[in-house]
Amino acid sequence: MTKISLTVDGVAYTDDVEPRTLLVHYLREQLGKVGTVVGCDTSNCGACTVDLGGQSVKSCTVLAVQADGGEVTTIEGIEHDGVLDPMQQAFHENHALQCGYCTPGMIMACRDLLKNNPKPSEDEIREGIEGNLCRCTGYQNIVRAVQAVAGASS
Amino acid sequence: MISASFDYVAPTSISEAVSALASAGEDAKVMAGGQSLIPVLRLRLAYPTTVVDLGRVDELKGVRDDGDAIVIGAMTSHDDVMHDALVQQHASLIAQATATVADPQVRHRGTFGGALAHADPAGDLGAVALALDCEFVASGPSGERRIAAADFFQDYLTTALAEDEILTSIRVPKLGDGWSSHYEKFNRVAQAWSIVAVAALVKRSNGSIGEARVGLTNMAPTPLRARAVESALAGADASAEAIGTAAEHAAEGTTPSSDLSGKADYREHLARVLTKRAVLAACNV
Amino acid sequence: MTAVEDRPVTAEIGQSRKRKEDYHLITGRTTWTDNMNLPGMVHLAILRSPMAHAKITSINTDEAKGRPGVIAVYIGQDFAETQGNLPCAFAPEGLVNPGAPSLAVGQVNHVGEAVAVVVARTKVEAQDALEGVEVEYEQLPAVLNMEEAIKDGADLVHPNTESNRSYTWAFESGAAGSGEPIEDALSNAEVTVKRRFIQQRLIPAFMEPRSTVVQPIGEGVTMWSATQIPHVLRTLLAATLGIAEQKVRVVAPDVGGGFGGKIVVTPEEVITTLVARKLNKPVKYTESRSESLMSAHHGRDQIQDITITAKKDGTVTGLDVHLLADMGAYLRLFGPSVPVLGAFMFNSIYKFAAYRFVCEGIFTNKTATDAYRGAGRPEATFAIERIMDELANELGMDPMDLRRKNWIKHEEFPFTTVAGLTYDTGNYEAATDKALALIGWDELRREQAERRERKDPIQLGLGISTFTEMCGLAPSRILGSLAFGAGGWEHASIRMLATGKVEVVTGSSAHGQGHETAFAQIVADKLGVAWEDIELIHGDTQSSPKGLDTYGSRSLAVGGIAIVKAAEKVVAKAQKIAAHLLEADEDDLEFEGGSFKVKGSPGSTIAMGEIAFATFLGHNLPDGVEPSLDSDATYDPENFSFPHGTHLCAMEVDTDTGFTKIRKYVCVDDIGTPINPLIIEGQVHGGLAQGIAQAMFEEAVYDEAGNLTTGTFVDYTLPSSSDLPSFTTARTETASTTNPLGVKGVGEAGTIASTPAVVNAVVDALRPYGVDDVQMPMTPERVWRAIHGSEKSERAGAGTTAYGGASTTTSDGEGGAL
Repeated sequence: MTKISLTVDGVAYTDDVEPRTLLVHYLREQLGKVGTVVGCDTSNCGACTVDLGGQSVKSCTVLAVQADGGEVTTIEGIEHDGVLDPMQQAFHENHALQCGYCTPGMIMACRDLLKNNPKPSEDEIREGIEGNLCRCTGYQNIVRAVQAVAGASS
Repeated sequence: MISASFDYVAPTSISEAVSALASAGEDAKVMAGGQSLIPVLRLRLAYPTTVVDLGRVDELKGVRDDGDAIVIGAMTSHDDVMHDALVQQHASLIAQATATVADPQVRHRGTFGGALAHADPAGDLGAVALALDCEFVASGPSGERRIAAADFFQDYLTTALAEDEILTSIRVPKLGDGWSSHYEKFNRVAQAWSIVAVAALVKRSNGSIGEARVGLTNMAPTPLRARAVESALAGADASAEAIGTAAEHAAEGTTPSSDLSGKADYREHLARVLTKRAVLAACNV
Repeated sequence: MTAVEDRPVTAEIGQSRKRKEDYHLITGRTTWTDNMNLPGMVHLAILRSPMAHAKITSINTDEAKGRPGVIAVYIGQDFAETQGNLPCAFAPEGLVNPGAPSLAVGQVNHVGEAVAVVVARTKVEAQDALEGVEVEYEQLPAVLNMEEAIKDGADLVHPNTESNRSYTWAFESGAAGSGEPIEDALSNAEVTVKRRFIQQRLIPAFMEPRSTVVQPIGEGVTMWSATQIPHVLRTLLAATLGIAEQKVRVVAPDVGGGFGGKIVVTPEEVITTLVARKLNKPVKYTESRSESLMSAHHGRDQIQDITITAKKDGTVTGLDVHLLADMGAYLRLFGPSVPVLGAFMFNSIYKFAAYRFVCEGIFTNKTATDAYRGAGRPEATFAIERIMDELANELGMDPMDLRRKNWIKHEEFPFTTVAGLTYDTGNYEAATDKALALIGWDELRREQAERRERKDPIQLGLGISTFTEMCGLAPSRILGSLAFGAGGWEHASIRMLATGKVEVVTGSSAHGQGHETAFAQIVADKLGVAWEDIELIHGDTQSSPKGLDTYGSRSLAVGGIAIVKAAEKVVAKAQKIAAHLLEADEDDLEFEGGSFKVKGSPGSTIAMGEIAFATFLGHNLPDGVEPSLDSDATYDPENFSFPHGTHLCAMEVDTDTGFTKIRKYVCVDDIGTPINPLIIEGQVHGGLAQGIAQAMFEEAVYDEAGNLTTGTFVDYTLPSSSDLPSFTTARTETASTTNPLGVKGVGEAGTIASTPAVVNAVVDALRPYGVDDVQMPMTPERVWRAIHGSEKSERAGAGTTAYGGASTTTSDGEGGAL
C-alpha cells in the first residue's frame, strides 16, 4: 500500500492504495465518484476522461499513485451551485448524448479542447475529441455542442 | 481489468532512478508516461515485480538549447513537445509528428522519451528521430553515454538501452537554414497506429534537392532510414517527377510485417506513395 | 406530390423537446449497474476458455481457493444440474438446438466461453485468483468455416448433433401464393446477375460493458442488469433456473447502449444468479471490454448468394436468395431468427414477380451471433441494393433509373409484396427527389466525369440506397406463424395523481433512446397535461410489471401506441366524471386542450387536473364509477411499420493508396409522423455511423485457431469523430396508416440504409477500373487491391476463416468481384 493525498472536485483526500490501483478505480471504488466510468482496457474509448492538474487524462491509464499530490476534476465537479458547466448545458441543448455512457469523458475532453483552442474549426473539434468513442450519436451533435460553447464565448 | 500486483518506486532524481532500477532486479519495469505500459499491465501481458516511475524526476522534463542541438528531456510530455518554441523552431518535424500521436489525453501523459524507449515500430517518433540524426542520452550505474539514433533501435520493442539504464534525454541537432520537413502518416482510423508513415527532411539548394533524409515508420521491426531514396534525391530536381522516381526506392531494404491493417506488399507500396508525398510536401511542391 | 400528410396541430407532438433524461447523465449522477454496491456484496471473476474447441479434461481450483479474499470457486459441474440451458425464442420445426450451458461442462466450444468462476471479497482479489485455476484441455478441431462445416464428414461443433446445420428456413413465392414460382423467373430470365456478398461479423460494442448484480431475497432474487430486456429476462430467468416468476424482480437501471447487444439472456446473468443463490449473498459481475468483445454476442456474419433476374428493359422479375448464417457455437435468444427477419426484406421496395429465400443456420466454434442494430434487415438491404447496382451495370442503365422503374409507386399503396407483407404507405419518389436535390447529384456526376476524364488519382463515386425496412416488432400472430415463443405486444399504464401530475408506465425500457421525453410528449397531447408534469416509469419489473422491452424499432410504434390507448381510456373515464361534475350529458362533452367543454356552452369546462383531484377525493362521483382514472392498455400491432428513405453517398477514393473519404452523405428518411425531430435526428446520426462503420471500419476477425484477433478496441476499430463526416439529414412525412399516431420506427433505419450506399459509392468510383465489388470493411488495402487486381481482397492475417472461408468471386464466371 502507498499513501496518497490528492484533491478531487475540491475536496482533499488521503488514502492508502495499492500501486496497481488505477485512478479511475480509486475514484469509483474508494471515493464513490461513480460518475466517471470505465469503457475499455486499452485507453481507446476515453469514457474515463478526467482533468488532472489542468489537463485531460484517461483515468484508466493513470495509476492512483501517479496522481499523488495532484488536483483532479471529474464530471461531478464542474456543476457549481446548481449551475451547469456551459459544456454540460450545451450537450443538453444540442442532444449530444443518448445513452450517456461516454458523456462524462466526452464532456471533460470537450472542455479541455476549448481551453487550448477557444475557436476550433469543425475539423479541429473532430480531431480534438478523437480519443473519445461514442457509439450512439455519430458525433455530429457533440461537434455542435462544442461549437455552441465556442460561439457563445466569443 | 486490473494489473497484477507490483511494487512501486517514484524516484525524484536521475541518480535515484538509476539506483532504484538497479536494486529492483531484472523484472523491474521503467514507467514514463505509462500510456503504453499501463494497458499492457491491465491486460496482464506483463508481470513486473517493480515499477520505477520516472514521473517525479523533474530534471528529465523540458526542452533546452544546447548550442548546436536542442535537448529534449525524456519525460517531456508529447503535448509539451508539440507546443515547445525550441522544438517548433529547430525541429518542427518532431512537433508535426507528435501531433499525430494517439489523442490529446494520451499526449498529455505520454512522453517523448517513453515512446522512443518503447520502440514500437508503428510509433511515429522513431522514424523522426532517425531522420533528424538524434542522439539518445542514457544513464546507468556506470554513468552517462550517448547512443546514435542509428544504433538505438535494435529490434521489435528492443533498444540499445541496457536493462539497468534509463533514457534521460534526446539531443536533436539543429538543422540550420534551408531545411524543411513533413511527416506523412497513413492509418485506417484516426486513433490507430500508423500502417506506414514517412518522415521527410529536405535541404533545398538552387531549386534542386541538396540533401534529403527519409525515415520510415512501421516498415520493419524497427524504424529505419530509406537510404536508397536519400541517395536518389541528393542533387535531384525538386520536381514531382524526380521525387516520384526517387520514391520508387522507398521499400528497398525494408521488411514490413503483415497484419490486419495490411500485408507486406501493400505496406511496400504505401512506403513508395507516402515517401513521394512526404518529400513533395517537404519541398512545398 | 408532397408526402406530408395533414395532421392535427398539436402542442407537443412534433416539437424538438430537449431530453428529460439528460440531467443525471451530464452530471455523472448515474445508476449504471456497476455503480451499485450492496451490503455484503461479493465479486465475481470469470475464467474464460482460451481454446475454440476442446474437451475439458481436468480443472483444479485448489490453489485459487486458497488465494486471499477468495470465498468460493465454481466450475460447470457444480451447476450442471441447476443451470439449465440459455433460452432461444425461435424454434421452427426441425431446428436443432444442442443446448447452451452458461458455464461449460466438459467441453468448450468457443474462445471466451465461461469455464470457472471465482467469488471473492473484491473484484481485484477475484481476478487475481483466476490465475490459480488450472484447466487442462484436450484440443478438438476448430470448426470455423461455414461451407466446410456443412460438408459430409465435417468435424462437429457439438457431439450431440448429427451435423453443424441448426436449421434450414425457406420461403418461395410460388408455394406461398404470394407470387410466381422462382423457377419460372430463373428459366425465363433475359438477364441474370449472380453475386456472392459477405456480411462480415460485427460486434455491437455498446459503450457500457455488461454488468449484473443479483441480490437473493427469500426464495427469489432481485437482479440489476445492463439489459435491453428486463421483462423478457425476468420470465426466462425464472424458467431457466426454476424460480417462480413472481419471485424474480429485474431492474434495468441506466443502461449504456445496447444496439441489440443486450437483448439476450446471458451466461453471466445466469452464473451471477446461481452464485448469489448458492452463497445467499449479493454478487456483482462486470465484464471488461476484452471479455465483452469476445463473449458478448456478435452480429451479422452471413454468406449471401444472390441471383436477380430481369428483362432487358430493366424490369426485375425474380430474386433468389441463399444464405449461410453463422450462429456461432450456441443459439442465443433470437440468434437463429435474425437472418429470418431479413427474409421479408430482400425484395425491399421493388415489384418482383418471384422470390425465394433459403437460409441455413450453421454452428461454428465462434462466439454466438444474435441481434445487432437492424438484425437481418441490414443484411437484406445490403444485398438488394448492391445487386440492383450490379444489375444496372449489367444492363448499362443508370442505377437510379433502374430503381425508379421497379419500385412501388406512391399511388400503388397499400401494396402486398412478393414476400407476403403489406406495406401500408410510402412515397419513394418524394424521398428520392429530395435527397437528389440536397446532395447536388447532377453536379457531382459532372465532377465525377471530369475526374475520370483527367485520370485524377482521387476518384469520386456516388452511391445509392433506396430502402425500406419492417419494424415495430411485432404483430403477435406473425411471430406465432414464425414459431417464436413470444408475442409482440406492448403494455402501458397511466396513473393520474391527485395533484394533476401523471405517471406513465411503459414496458418498453430505454437505454438511450429518449423515451422519457418523447412518450411524455404523446401523453401531454392526449391528456392535455403539461409535458413537464409527466414522468415515465420503466425498466423495473416491479414498478413496470408488464412489457416486452426495447428492440426492433418498436418502442414508439408499439409501446407508444399502447400509451395512446391507455390515454384514451383515461379520457373516457374522465369524461363520465366530467359530465357528472358539469351536470351535462356525457355525449355533449368534447375534450380539447386538456379540458372537457360542454358543446355550445363556453363557460362550462373542467380541466383534467380538476377531474383527477375530484377523483382522488371521491366525494362526488357518479354512481357505480370507481374513484380512479388510472388505465392501462396492451397493444398488439396489426402490422409492422415500414420506414423508408433514400440515402446518397459521395465518396472520394484515393486510387494510389485505397483510402476512402466520405465527401458528403445525404439521407431523407420517411418515418411517418415525427414526435420529436431532435431525437429523430440523433437516432439517424447514430444509425448512420454504425452502418457506415460496417462498410468501412469494423470486423470481428478470427484466426485459424479460432482466436478473436480483434479482441480490443485497438483492433476492433470503431470510428472516432475524425473518421466520420457531418451528415445532411432530412425527412419526408408519409404517415403510417396502421397506427393512430402515424408513426414508424426510426432506431435502425440509418444503419439499415447506409451500408450499401457507402459500398455502392466506392464501387461506382472504381467502375472504370473494372471493379464490381469491394469486400467489407472496405479497408484501404482492400480498395487498393480491388483497383490493382493483384489478388482477392482478403485481409491479411485473417487466415482462411474470417468469413467462414468465403471468397467473393462471382458464381457466374464473369465480372468477378475481387
